[in-house]
Amino acid sequence: MARFTILSPTAILGYGFPESSFQRGLAHNPDLIAVDAGSADPGPYYLGVGKSFTDRSAVRRDLSLILSAAVSRGIPVVIGSAGGAGASPHLQWTVDIVKELADELGLSFRLGIVAADVARHTLLEGLQQQRVKALTSVPPLTADTLNETGAMVAQMGVEPIQQALKAGCEVVVAGRAYDPAVFAALPMLEGYDAGLALHLGKILECAAIAASPGSGADCALGILEKDRFILQPLSDSRSFTPTSVAAHTLYEKSDPYILPGPGGHLDLRNVSFEDIGDGRVAVSGSSFVPSRDYTLKIEGARRVGYRSIAIAGIRDPIMIASISEILDQVRSRVNELHPAGSQQGSLHFHVYGKDGVMGNQEPLRNAPSHELGIVIDAVCPDPQSADTLCSLTRSTLLHFGYEGRIATAGNLAFPFSPSDLRAGEVYEFSVYHLLQTDALTLFPLSVVEI
Amino acid sequence: MARLEDIALVVRSKNTSPFTYSLDIMFRAARDYEDFKSRGLIDRALVAELYGIDQEKVLDIIFFDPALAIKICLPREISSGAPGDRDVYGAQQHAPLLLWNFPHASD
Repeated sequence: MARFTILSPTAILGYGFPESSFQRGLAHNPDLIAVDAGSADPGPYYLGVGKSFTDRSAVRRDLSLILSAAVSRGIPVVIGSAGGAGASPHLQWTVDIVKELADELGLSFRLGIVAADVARHTLLEGLQQQRVKALTSVPPLTADTLNETGAMVAQMGVEPIQQALKAGCEVVVAGRAYDPAVFAALPMLEGYDAGLALHLGKILECAAIAASPGSGADCALGILEKDRFILQPLSDSRSFTPTSVAAHTLYEKSDPYILPGPGGHLDLRNVSFEDIGDGRVAVSGSSFVPSRDYTLKIEGARRVGYRSIAIAGIRDPIMIASISEILDQVRSRVNELHPAGSQQGSLHFHVYGKDGVMGNQEPLRNAPSHELGIVIDAVCPDPQSADTLCSLTRSTLLHFGYEGRIATAGNLAFPFSPSDLRAGEVYEFSVYHLLQTDALTLFPLSVVEI
Repeated sequence: MARLEDIALVVRSKNTSPFTYSLDIMFRAARDYEDFKSRGLIDRALVAELYGIDQEKVLDIIFFDPALAIKICLPREISSGAPGDRDVYGAQQHAPLLLWNFPHASD
């Protein structure tokens, strides 16, 4: 019977995995080692600024184990969303590590590099031709927004990765990719069912997170057959169960039945999960439904300023009792003292112990607290203005003579000197839209012999 | 009256995109899941009340039988990581569900 075995070492390249689990995976003679290296979870900063949210030495360690095992055995390796956000600086960062390791380990292979950057004019054109659609709760895209947006990437489907594999690449490093594509590209090329391959990819991209107990830093094995796939743990301490796998299908998705992706959607309405013993689960019934138009998800980040923060504690019960009014008054005072900074920038108070996590949605924001933690958060168009706004707010709050005050020496307990810190550039997701296009044009392939 | 921690395996929140998040409730027993489903205990009115938002803001409420789960989809007030955001991953927005007292089937 035809089987295609995929080894997923870790949920995110750089999160690590036990060597023992990896060796156990290799013993199953995998046809592919694939790993997702990215996520939009850590926020827009990493895409905007061109840095990875993972640590270089951790990524190097994971890649060193993967490359040395795979190349010597002739197992293809596919890495997607390289460097976290998958734009060109992230891709280059990953390729540099791959080349460095190949050199050190004496490995030679054909390397495929697939970029995922999107040029501004591509989206401007799409906008003019009404090929751009906002995703849920995202404001409509405008030319102004595009002009303010720096880095943009498109999430590639399986096709650009398949192009690299067809060109004989043994290691493929891809920019931003739809997570399951990294796992599904090769088996789909070999004729396996798209629905099963993509659904398996959807689970394997998180490695052992879908097992019980779950872990993002342990390996998992997926075996694709003609009409089902099997998930198998690679550590004695974990097992896959129908519930753990079904539960994972919910994770980070807005609809567990219909999962949209590049060029179509996965329909999981008829999926069944079966316990087949030894901690393994068989899944069947997943199907892929191609859409009439091919759409890709585009992510873009724009810089909105620079941040300076101050962290302090408040223990005075008289002050805590009227903290909301005090902060409103401090904000007005700062506006008077520094109108320019207040107009051009934004000032936020994060009040932990009150509503620091949930803001207006906090049901207990008026419950009594004996201690509050406060973060003064100033974001301005340039770092100096952010420093000024943060510093003025901090000094005003420190000495503010609020109603009923009897502690006249100072209102804040600072844990650190200096009290104010520069937190660097601030970005926001300015583009999170679908672009109607084709599967390949946006993703150029370069092939390098290593 | 009872609380979800008495009968739920998982109660969590997480971004589903930088602009949306979801609340997941997974039950330990099929009996409790079916009871919640048939009594319609979790609806837009309840979510709006617990989160202090308008009912129209609730994007979706989905029952997922294979995981004995209910998924509630909500928009983020501020997109992930933008100025004023308080929870970049959206991972700590589930507490109002845990504070909710609901009439137990045996009440």
